[in-house]
Amino acid sequence: MSEPAAPPLAARLRHLSKGPVFWPLVVLALMLLFNLATNAHFFSVTVRDGHLYGSLVDVLNRAAPLMIVSMGLTLVIATKGIDISVGSVMAISGAMTAMLIGGKYVMGQEDIAAHPLWLCILAGLGVALLFGMWNGFLVAYVGLQPIIATLILLVAGRGVAQLISEGQIITVYYRPFYFVGNGFLLGFPFSYYIVGALLVLLLLLTRKTALGLFIESIGVNPVAARFAGLRVRLITFWGYALTSLCAGLAGLIITSNVKSADGNNTGLDFELDAILAVVLGGTSLNGGRFTLVGSVLGALIIQTLTTTIYSVGVPPEITLVVKAIVVFIVSILQSDRVRAMLAARGPAGEAVR
Amino acid sequence: MDGSAPILEMRGISKRFPGVQALSRAGLRLFAGEVHALMGQNGAGKSTLIKVLTGVSPADAGQIVLEGKEIRPQSPIAAQDLGISTVYQEVNLCPNLSVAENIFLGRGETGTYKIKWKDMRRRAEELLRGLHIDIDVTAPVAEYSIAIQQMAAIARSLSTQARVLILDEPTSSLAEDEVNMLFAVIRRLKAQGMAVLFVTHFLDQTFDISDRITVLRNGEREGEYPVAELSRLSLVAKMVGRELSERGPNRSETAEPEAGADAEPAEAKAAVFLSAENLGRRGSVHGVNLDVRSGESLGMGGLLGSGRTETARLLFGIDRADEGSIKIDGKTARIGSPMDAIQHGLGFCPEDRKVEGIVGDLSVRENVILALQAKRGVFRILTRKRQQEIVDAFIRLLGIKAKDAEVPVSTLSGGNQQKALLARWMATDPRMLILDEPTRGIDVAAKLEIMQQVMDLCDKGMAVLFISSEMDEVIKYSDKIAVMRDRRKVGELDAGHADERAVFAMIAGGES
Repeated sequence: MSEPAAPPLAARLRHLSKGPVFWPLVVLALMLLFNLATNAHFFSVTVRDGHLYGSLVDVLNRAAPLMIVSMGLTLVIATKGIDISVGSVMAISGAMTAMLIGGKYVMGQEDIAAHPLWLCILAGLGVALLFGMWNGFLVAYVGLQPIIATLILLVAGRGVAQLISEGQIITVYYRPFYFVGNGFLLGFPFSYYIVGALLVLLLLLTRKTALGLFIESIGVNPVAARFAGLRVRLITFWGYALTSLCAGLAGLIITSNVKSADGNNTGLDFELDAILAVVLGGTSLNGGRFTLVGSVLGALIIQTLTTTIYSVGVPPEITLVVKAIVVFIVSILQSDRVRAMLAARGPAGEAVR
Repeated sequence: MDGSAPILEMRGISKRFPGVQALSRAGLRLFAGEVHALMGQNGAGKSTLIKVLTGVSPADAGQIVLEGKEIRPQSPIAAQDLGISTVYQEVNLCPNLSVAENIFLGRGETGTYKIKWKDMRRRAEELLRGLHIDIDVTAPVAEYSIAIQQMAAIARSLSTQARVLILDEPTSSLAEDEVNMLFAVIRRLKAQGMAVLFVTHFLDQTFDISDRITVLRNGEREGEYPVAELSRLSLVAKMVGRELSERGPNRSETAEPEAGADAEPAEAKAAVFLSAENLGRRGSVHGVNLDVRSGESLGMGGLLGSGRTETARLLFGIDRADEGSIKIDGKTARIGSPMDAIQHGLGFCPEDRKVEGIVGDLSVRENVILALQAKRGVFRILTRKRQQEIVDAFIRLLGIKAKDAEVPVSTLSGGNQQKALLARWMATDPRMLILDEPTRGIDVAAKLEIMQQVMDLCDKGMAVLFISSEMDEVIKYSDKIAVMRDRRKVGELDAGHADERAVFAMIAGGES
């Protein structure tokens, strides 16, 4: 009886396996299985003071900034661009907000900020948006190569952050701000809500408007896109602006998380992990088709890997090598050529279109 | 010159690139003290022949004889040492070095230990004065116009004791007075005994400056002619390589039975939809006047490079015109981008389908709805269901052969890709469609289907601007024909009374 049901299931699986998020999901599942086998506590989630606690909860929470940056970066990469200044923008937005909140500790006044919190957060995001528009202007209107245009801000951004914080690490004592990166809402870390809201927002923006189609068209063939009437420059411009805004948001979370803004170290090398997350998630650096969910999964893979390496007790001197090996394998799986080779070896000829 | 032997002769030159036989047994003779024009349509093999001669890409077979000795230049430097110098269309000088430095680049007036700057400057000035050019040779090349840069490049050739000077499309980015200046220099060099090979597609200039013409066609030498014995008309005929046939049936005549039933529609069609006045752009076309009427197909004739595509790009806002104006429905329209053009009801199937047309990795569905979605704007998205309806309708209407609408458009054949592009514009319900070489490289059946659709739309009141290198197609599918030559519009013909001979005569211009 169950025989006739089998082929559709297999077909559906095969169809799924061609989807962009299939392999990232498989890798993530394998990692979780590995953790299940080696570390019984990995999956245990306990409730303390009405908040969820556990490794899994923690991985998700820690991955939040990377997820946010990766989502933004996905849009830029889909236009065949790149933004390597996201880490510096994180430092700028963190410094801006921390500076406005004020870094002076006065006993008993932990609930008083120099400026209203909403204004501080808005300023942090606003300055990130401005720098994103600067990137977008250089790429879309001046015509600089994306990697060069954003390299300028990668380098200069750290200086800007230093300038804002007057060369100091600003410690934030204002407790309400801690909520952004450490708070809990209805039992879940607050960062989950930020990630969730951003994902939904971006999905709506790209898939319920024509923006996704336009971005993909530009990534595949900008000339043809222009000939078809797309405002290529304008869309590219806003892609960079949006990416920077996401980076600014991530910068706030990290600053809140560590309760201080460090112009030199906030978001350091973050651009590399973010690019990796996007690629692991199944969006090609060649531009075109993109998947936001894939990038979120990619970020999750990176964070899970880091946590796993620590929890398994890999000697610190070889953690980077282990990380590199896993990344290598996932990247290989995402390569069209390798997939074509695997498909050609596979059983039926059905894989051949 | 006829009595003496040629200074340079190329014989039986063949060159194959992957997939194309660029040259097959082509040849060329050059005499000292003559200006020799190398003519041919794009793809005829002009540049390949030059590249063989200058050692950029050596030939597969054939002989090059310079002053009685066989030579085999393997690099541009080797050719230069043999006395063959080239000035390219895009002048390849170092823009931030001085004129003098450029002239002596790589082989300066060097003393034992250092460059003798003073001698170098003096020599550069002498060379340029020989060309009647008096400029400051210590200023960077980039500060001078293209014309002067060309002069510097020519002076550079002279300094290498060149006996053969090749000018590859030297006039294409020059203004008229600059062309005259260049020609004066060429005449002076000719008088000094230089053999000048002039590669161009400007007919007027060819007849103005050259003594003899070699015509290439499909990689072969079509023939060599003294200018005095060749009429413009026969030159064009030799370049396009066809006997000028009597005209076939024309669209206005084949449509007669329908239109003849009542004479009124012909008058109703007469409203001018788009009119261009004195349209032009520096380095592109100049002074183009066009009237395109609703329900009328305006064909554009002319050789490749005569300004047909450039005109279309100006009309569609891909390039911005810097002179003249465009009126739509009698009102001045500002068209600064394709989006502006689309909003005014224009559509444009570009010449280069792969680069400018299709978005290869995206599906047929996405490619078809792209322009309509762009017209609606980013927020008024077409529902998936609506998209499906649109694409299904066009797949049926145009007979697009694809497994389904979700396969990447790049997997389709050329003809089906072109149909998808036509569908893209039909979906926007355009009031005027510009078609640039819509039938190039596609099979006969697809060609007919596409043109049939366009003609149907035209009969329903859409204006059409139809560009094609196939003259019989232009005559067949047009009501009127605008003829372009040397980046200007030179006239208009009524397709109903024109045959190929008349069109070619106008393309050739002058006496015929």
